[in-house]
Amino acid sequence: MAPYASDDSTTAGEVDEQRSGRRKAARYIVPVTVVGVAAATIGLVPALADSGDPDLPKITAQQLIEKIAKSDVQQLSGTVKISTDLGLPNLGGLESGLLSGAAGQGEGGSSADPTAKLTELASGTHTLRVAADGPDKQKLSLLENAAEYSVIHNGKDVWGYDSKSNEVYHGTASDGPERGKDQQPPATPKDFAEEALKAVDDTTSVTVDGTAQVAGRDAYKLVVEPKQSGSTVGAITVAVDAETGMPLKFTLTPASGGAAVVDAGFTKVSFAQPAASTFDFTPPKGAKVTEEKDAGKASDKASGGTPRKHPGKPFDLGEAPGHAPKAGKDFGKGLGGHDGMKTIGEGWNAIATFDTGGEGVPSGKAGGEFGGFIDSLGDKVHGTFGSGTIFSTRLVNALVTDDGKVYAGLVTKDALVKAADAGK
Amino acid sequence: MSRAEPSAPQGRGELRDRPQTARARRTTFRATLLRNELLTTFRRWRTVALLAVLAAVPVLVGIAVKIETGDGSSADGGGGGPAFISQITNNGLFLVFTALAATLPFFLPMAVGVVAGDAIAGEANSGTLRYLLVAPAGRSRLLITKYATVVIFCLAATLVVAVSALTVGALLFPLGDLTTISGTQISFAEGLGRALLIALAVAASLIGVAALGLFVSTLTGSGIAAMATTVGLLITVQILDQIPQLHVLQPYFFSHYWLSFADLMREPVYWDDLAKNLGLQALYAAVFGSAAWARFTAKDITA
Repeated sequence: MAPYASDDSTTAGEVDEQRSGRRKAARYIVPVTVVGVAAATIGLVPALADSGDPDLPKITAQQLIEKIAKSDVQQLSGTVKISTDLGLPNLGGLESGLLSGAAGQGEGGSSADPTAKLTELASGTHTLRVAADGPDKQKLSLLENAAEYSVIHNGKDVWGYDSKSNEVYHGTASDGPERGKDQQPPATPKDFAEEALKAVDDTTSVTVDGTAQVAGRDAYKLVVEPKQSGSTVGAITVAVDAETGMPLKFTLTPASGGAAVVDAGFTKVSFAQPAASTFDFTPPKGAKVTEEKDAGKASDKASGGTPRKHPGKPFDLGEAPGHAPKAGKDFGKGLGGHDGMKTIGEGWNAIATFDTGGEGVPSGKAGGEFGGFIDSLGDKVHGTFGSGTIFSTRLVNALVTDDGKVYAGLVTKDALVKAADAGK
Repeated sequence: MSRAEPSAPQGRGELRDRPQTARARRTTFRATLLRNELLTTFRRWRTVALLAVLAAVPVLVGIAVKIETGDGSSADGGGGGPAFISQITNNGLFLVFTALAATLPFFLPMAVGVVAGDAIAGEANSGTLRYLLVAPAGRSRLLITKYATVVIFCLAATLVVAVSALTVGALLFPLGDLTTISGTQISFAEGLGRALLIALAVAASLIGVAALGLFVSTLTGSGIAAMATTVGLLITVQILDQIPQLHVLQPYFFSHYWLSFADLMREPVYWDDLAKNLGLQALYAAVFGSAAWARFTAKDITA
């Protein structure tokens, strides 16, 4: 700074020192600049790379839905990123233990069993790779840390391979083109989109909301929204490839706002034929191979011999709990064939209800310590129906009244209480 | 600093016969400086001991797996342990990947931290730094040479682990075609190629630590302090990388994408994280390399 010029006591030597000191300090500009440039690049490049929404000919929602229906993509390979945030309480290991237990990973089960493995998709962010070549050859891989879990369908065989534990699961696919169609790899935007479109009826508004770029391809954005209020579903957005009509991205946002509950989209996609070797699988030497039949027996035994539906269709989404939250209408079915189950309301606001005939949720006093734990997961509510406990996630809410009735649906807590009041 | 353009390397005989241009002399000088640095570093007992420890890791892993599976059972372990460990019994080549996965989080970066931390501070500590600077090399060039030496050490250390693992794997376990983690088969030759690529990816993962260590080394006159700080930072970052609440920062930790080398064993190779890792390492090298330069060229050398 200037002061030294007017300061008589400053000697020439000190001036030099100050100058060189400043020159020395100036060198630190280099690393600081590098950090700045890096930060700017990280911040700006995604914004710059976003080349704006593509210009595509106008299309009506009806035409777009037909386009999806007509879409017949036989060959593709790509990478899918899927994030699920159902807002379930984070129970850590307990949760995954329960889930895999439910999925039949009993004694003698295999960690390569597709049903057990794919339940992992129900929470968190995952990267998947999909490849398909006609109805007989599909592959789905779940990319893990330094490991991978693959389900390979090639002709009659269905293989599950868990590279982490080096275990192989082997099943057979039933013949027939219809079954083959069922076995499209799950968890792709397409699967989600099909579920969503099943729910489209007069309680739903479907619009085309401009265009977007997904995985480097031009796409139309189809927005599906419930017309009624009271649903927890805010909107479902499906990005549909303009050329092939294939859904590339699926986003389900809750009515309460915040991050998407389900967000599944291609980050890379190619419609060229994947290499034939992709679908070849020979169990590696020394790998533990579990046959579908054996696994079925083992887990049946484990679950006390009760006959249970084993995954004849390992690719079927419905088998995996927590998957692809089905739209309101289907929701009731998902709860299983409980006797006396009724559906109140219609469309997105449908509420499934049934009478357990029991005492409801054990409360803090009656249920001892366990009751206290249950209470901590739910909220107590009171209404003209009496009182009950509401268990809520970001999408599904359920009300268990103290006299043992259960109301559940993709609706807000208020709607559940109202339904319970009306039912009284 | 004066910059020497790359020119054809000249043999010693030629040098004596022909009058040298100034530029050629500078190039030769730089090559000599690097060679001397490399010889000094790799001749140190400390370096030899570090490399010996690294070479011992695959031997231990290999023998442990062999004993564990001696009765014919497969190395199951329920999917625990370092990556790829369950496949070793079927194919010795997997020992290379397991050994690298086992040494990358700690042993390898620690060795690099020791060598990098020692680079400048060690010279200052033993009072040889000023003599190095008496030679007409210039501080920038000395620093670049030091960094080059550390990077070469990264590569050497990784290759020591890989070669030791390959030898042990070939001796104890069968070799042959291998299954990628995506479930496809590749030939043994291609497997070897992937192993080499993985070794290079692991070596490249270490250049961030190397730059960080070099920067710390310019801050202090004590070699021990520089090494301890570098290794301490390494452990701290690895712990922070495990804390879920810091997930916003974690993609910028130098160790965050280290395990991405395993993506080379997918079919097709998944490049996204590998590219992120290389980019991040380059960023660390640029930031801490230039910070080291700013510090070292402006520093008063008293020792």
